[in-house]
Amino acid sequence: MTRRFAVGFAACLAVAGFTAGSARAEGDKTIEGIEAYREALKDGNPAELFEAQGEELWKKKAGPKNASLETCDLGMGPGVVAGTYARLPRWFKDTDKVQDAESRVLTCMETIQGIDTKKYVSAKWNTPEKDELNAIATYISGMSKGEKVAVSLDHPKEKQMFDLGKRMFYYSAGPHDFSCSTCHGQEGVRIRLQELPFIDSHKGAAAGWTSWPAYRVSSGQMWGMQWRLADCFRQQRFPEPIYASDVTIALSMFMASHANGATMNTPGIKR
Amino acid sequence: MGNPMKIRAASKDGVTEVKVLMSHEMETGLRKDSSGNPIPAWFIAEVTAKLNGKDVMTAQWGPSVSKNPFLSFKIKGGKAGDKVAITWTDNKGDTRTDEASVT
Repeated sequence: MTRRFAVGFAACLAVAGFTAGSARAEGDKTIEGIEAYREALKDGNPAELFEAQGEELWKKKAGPKNASLETCDLGMGPGVVAGTYARLPRWFKDTDKVQDAESRVLTCMETIQGIDTKKYVSAKWNTPEKDELNAIATYISGMSKGEKVAVSLDHPKEKQMFDLGKRMFYYSAGPHDFSCSTCHGQEGVRIRLQELPFIDSHKGAAAGWTSWPAYRVSSGQMWGMQWRLADCFRQQRFPEPIYASDVTIALSMFMASHANGATMNTPGIKR
Repeated sequence: MGNPMKIRAASKDGVTEVKVLMSHEMETGLRKDSSGNPIPAWFIAEVTAKLNGKDVMTAQWGPSVSKNPFLSFKIKGGKAGDKVAITWTDNKGDTRTDEASVT
């Protein structure tokens, strides 16, 4: 029924778009209409349900070591969750890697809980394993709501990640010779009713980065940035990136550091 | 048993506004799974709201309500500290009740 809802919404806006014609001022009216719809959704964002689930998973003892994730170091010391999402991805000394929230959670699951995370990495989307990771990422992101994005590029590995992310962003390949920048490389465009943020700019990167993880109303699913990026790869007809692999973290690094100074509005809600 | 609901209730000028998020799949019964078999209908059929133990609202729902539904309604009366309890019962007979204090 969620699908029906989406179709109904699209149809209603299509009518609005039709009567509005194509003049620019009227185009803005369409965007306003979408904004009003988003505003209406915000009040009861089901992402809250996933935050609650994530918190429970975070605090639940699990794995061979029967430990909870509460002592996990997300970059601001063991046990600190609040504010960490706004500072990720970052370089971690213990792993000597730049990690985002999801990859860091995988590390903590291995080291603290003794869980073999291979099946979490290889699990398809919409499986209990991925749902768990999405819920945990949602919880962590919610604990940074209202925080200013402050991602550092000081460490050479962080800078390296940024450069790799930029390269990936402009890398065009695949049967359609697509790159991320094909859709996200210019200001003020949209596909149908979906605005496409220009990621290689502060404003666009902030719009994207600060609103994920997000609940997608049309599918009734909670998506983290990892899932969002994997879907971009799919739409580019690229092979699906490995969950929490360097290239996904690099793209996040590229986006997050561009978004520095913007306010986290996570978890978000999307059409 | 289901997952917990999120309930917020705020009283202003003698009216209490209640906002509830419920966690439920809300299957219509019209969808098919990957092997083509119909997914059985599974939805919240009844919602009741109580203010300090007294029924203030009963709603009959069907499969057209969205997944993870959000419900907002107003109660005449109610003050800070009062208890609002929401119960849903689905078509499989599963039920869940959660309670919140009015702020």
